[in-house]
Amino acid sequence: MPAQALIVCEHCDTVHRRVELAPGAAARCHTCGGPLYHRSRLELNAMLALTIAGIIVFAVANAYPLVTLSSQGIRNEAALWQMVASAWNSHIALVAAIAALTVFFFPLLQLALYAYILLPLSLHRVPRGFAAAMHLLRQLRPWSMVEVFLIGVLVTIIKIGSLADVVLQPGIWSFGVLTALLTALAGFDTRELWQAADEAQR
Amino acid sequence: MTAELRAAALHLVSCDACSLVVNESTAAEHPGHCPRCHEVLHRRKPDSLRRSWAYLIAAAILYIPANLLPALHTTRLFGRSDDTILSGVVELWQDGSWDLAIIVFTASIVVPLLKIGVLAMLLITTQRGSTWRQRERTRLYRIIEFIGQWSMLDVFAVALLVTLVHFGAFARIEPGGGIIAFGAVVLLTMLATKSFDPRLIWDAPAARPPPRTDQHHD
Ligand SMILES: [Zn+2]
Ligand SMILES: [Zn+2]
Repeated sequence: MPAQALIVCEHCDTVHRRVELAPGAAARCHTCGGPLYHRSRLELNAMLALTIAGIIVFAVANAYPLVTLSSQGIRNEAALWQMVASAWNSHIALVAAIAALTVFFFPLLQLALYAYILLPLSLHRVPRGFAAAMHLLRQLRPWSMVEVFLIGVLVTIIKIGSLADVVLQPGIWSFGVLTALLTALAGFDTRELWQAADEAQR
Repeated sequence: MTAELRAAALHLVSCDACSLVVNESTAAEHPGHCPRCHEVLHRRKPDSLRRSWAYLIAAAILYIPANLLPALHTTRLFGRSDDTILSGVVELWQDGSWDLAIIVFTASIVVPLLKIGVLAMLLITTQRGSTWRQRERTRLYRIIEFIGQWSMLDVFAVALLVTLVHFGAFARIEPGGGIIAFGAVVLLTMLATKSFDPRLIWDAPAARPPPRTDQHHD
């Protein structure tokens, strides 16, 4: 039996035989109830489109401020990089590092890796260093926190909205769109890309 | 226990990186490495319980300053106030924003405590080789793995407040040491969760001697 015909549950180590699933269906482990795999008709072009849209929206999200706050005739604005800088200047370097890495560098690297992997694969070619790129992509996943950032910013805006004059800027809408795009991308099982690479090499 | 086949018993290893199932006895040119993606093959996450305990204990210790030290110092014309993470939630509630209070309370208080408690329970039961409610314990693990990063919410909130609220003498918000400890707690609990291997929950029955009743059937 070829090894690809089997799948092992990552939560309890039970061996399962892969079966063909109906579209939209998902296989669950019947020992522990955890998710095993789902029918991903690996739509490379859809993933690629999401990635390219993500890169554009990422740029817009960082080019504009998120929100402005006016009080006593003074108007302050906040963009992501301004938040990183003021956290750094307020001696909370850990907070500055968390914001810079989990909201800027990791998501950007994630999008860049997706583009690097998906572009050649959609042309049935395997990019150089495919394995290394795939490993990095997998490790980045839990450390990209754009959606948490978005909710944190929204909660804060509502909180201070009663105290001062808050105006939403294009940055916040872009982060909303970016969250949706990254969530859609995360819905694809990247492990299936290994299968696609195997087929491209043949 | 059901008669399910487990990979370890069949000398099969599933690659963590690409999920290829590899037969240990026929491992090809590079023993111990995945033939497809060249990642090192592990039957279980290396040193899982010890690493997970170390991160968890560090998180539990830092949880104390994270809640006792102020996360924010607010200076207004009429004076100065210090807020811890919990007093910030209480203030939201008193202002009538009970919906926000619930979001922040869940993300900042409930989730970290739940993670520390659940992980400690999983580590203790797993170390004892317990077969108690394995399915539910595995599900709890998946839940804390999923909700882990949401506790960062308050860290981003503080970064935004510090950036926006600086109006000279009228109003100013500065961060306190509590938020640094809190950020560290969230990172450490995430690392503790990632280090724990849920497959160890299911290794328990095999490691135990068979039930004693067997002796009487001869
Ligand atoms: Zn399972
Ligand atoms: Zn592999």
